[in-house]
Amino acid sequence: MALTSRGAARVVPLAPAVVLLALFMLGPVVWSFYGSFTNASLTGPAALNPEWIGLDNYAALIGDPDFPKSLWLTVVFVFLSAVVGQNVMGIMLAGLLRSAVKPVRSIASTVVVAAWVLPEIVAAFAAYAFFHSEGTLNTMLGGLGITGPDWLYSTPMLAVIIANIWRGTAFSMMVYSAALAEVPPELTEAAQLDGANGMQRLAWVTLPVIRRSISTNLMLTTLQTLSVFTLIYVMTGGGPGTDSSTLPILAYQEAFKFAQVGYGTAIATVMIIVGAVFSVIYIRALRPEVD
Amino acid sequence: MTAQTTAPVVQARRSGTVGQLAGPRVKATKVAANLVLLVIALLFVLPMAWVLVASFDASATLSFGLPDAVTTANFSAIMTPELTWLPLWNAFVLSAGSGAITVVVAVLAAYPLSRYRMRFGKYFLYSVLFGTCLPITAIMVPVYALFVQLNLLDSLPGTIFFMAATSLPMAIWMTKNFMDSVPISLEEAAWTEGASAMQALRRVVLPLMRPGIAVVFIFVFVQAWGNFFVPFVLLLSPEKQPAAVSIFAFFGQYGSVAYGQLAAYSLLYAAPVLGLYVLVTRISGSAFALAGAVKG
Repeated sequence: MALTSRGAARVVPLAPAVVLLALFMLGPVVWSFYGSFTNASLTGPAALNPEWIGLDNYAALIGDPDFPKSLWLTVVFVFLSAVVGQNVMGIMLAGLLRSAVKPVRSIASTVVVAAWVLPEIVAAFAAYAFFHSEGTLNTMLGGLGITGPDWLYSTPMLAVIIANIWRGTAFSMMVYSAALAEVPPELTEAAQLDGANGMQRLAWVTLPVIRRSISTNLMLTTLQTLSVFTLIYVMTGGGPGTDSSTLPILAYQEAFKFAQVGYGTAIATVMIIVGAVFSVIYIRALRPEVD
Repeated sequence: MTAQTTAPVVQARRSGTVGQLAGPRVKATKVAANLVLLVIALLFVLPMAWVLVASFDASATLSFGLPDAVTTANFSAIMTPELTWLPLWNAFVLSAGSGAITVVVAVLAAYPLSRYRMRFGKYFLYSVLFGTCLPITAIMVPVYALFVQLNLLDSLPGTIFFMAATSLPMAIWMTKNFMDSVPISLEEAAWTEGASAMQALRRVVLPLMRPGIAVVFIFVFVQAWGNFFVPFVLLLSPEKQPAAVSIFAFFGQYGSVAYGQLAAYSLLYAAPVLGLYVLVTRISGSAFALAGAVKG
């Protein structure tokens, strides 16, 4: 493709961005696909000269009982904390905020957003202290005469799912607040005059109008939750055993704790593919805004 | 506004009590909504309130509870150069460095994307959008391997450039949107006076989109400041690690005894981010300004 000199001058400002993205984003993705077919490791002879081992890592993945378990835990984590938890909480909060008085509205939205703005490691400490066997939750239950279990040990997935809903709901709340503000009031008023109650108005008028925001938000929260590492790592370390090891935790442990970089890379590749599939769906949904 | 003024009228007419602002049923739902919100706010604030209260508690436990004795001893205990100031400085260098690089590169890239109709511009934007979706945790294992190959492991500049690259897709996206809202007619005037595209960008466009630039910079800064996983994997020596990583090491070493100090450290480390968020809401005039931003 022959570029005129004017055309060339126009694309020059793009060069730094292209170089950075190619080196640090595209490079690792390509390497991930390549590395997953090798026996790369952190120490030993394979660290210097990784050998091509074909599909062995993937065969090992399927044979390893930890991998299907981890995949399942990831699906449970993403579905319950993002798809259901954050989205339902978010739309509920957005709706409630609209009918609240101003001081309540600003208190509630500030508190919810604060949990989201906090650095992830601080949020993780706060959640850890809350769910610890001697933490705030069990103190409150104790006040009611109930002896709470050791949440982080006996129900680690429940604890990290609730923590992730707490941490991430603000995002959905903000997206849905903006979406609800765009719904023409005439529509809901007309439905109200026709005798529709609150739930009916939500299901038949509001939700269909904001369906684009819903699909966009579902994709974004799914992708964000897919890559949650710090929250789980600090709260449970993926344990006890591997009972809360989602894919990011498993990939990290295989690659760095057990020095199986090739194997960890194979897990990473699976995550990249899952993320890519979701991204394609998301970009298709957004297409009219790009053009 | 119209909804708020017409609804009570409808209600009042129906219940026959003209003059009353809202019917009893509407009032009951409003009270219920406010109560539910307050309960949710209380549940949301509890885990965070622990950090605040424990940091001033002389004998803090893991549970929220009002301290017997309020003290600032936790803060003075951790305020040593190697424990707090150096990690906070490292965090600042990482965040400001990647913020500055990202803003410069994003502005350069956004200019042709915003101003020219290019055949591949659309595809570039698609790739950028795709990049915003890529889960960064997923690529950390291959990134580690890449850093070993490039001999960049444990290098602050290497980590800064990597963090800049990961926030670039969202930054280009935001910057292009801000730039699109600057009218092109002003640049055309500069062009007729013989200014080059880059001069027009620097003298005409940038001054007009200063708030947008500030929002993008703060967005990248906040993300980098809060990032734990990337420096945790890429920086090995304690004297190079930012606060997010050193606070985690502190948690591992003393976390099981010195809860008050852990909380004080967390508070100190979180404060700049909270301040910057308030600043962004002031600049952009909306509390939900960063809603379009994907968190790392």
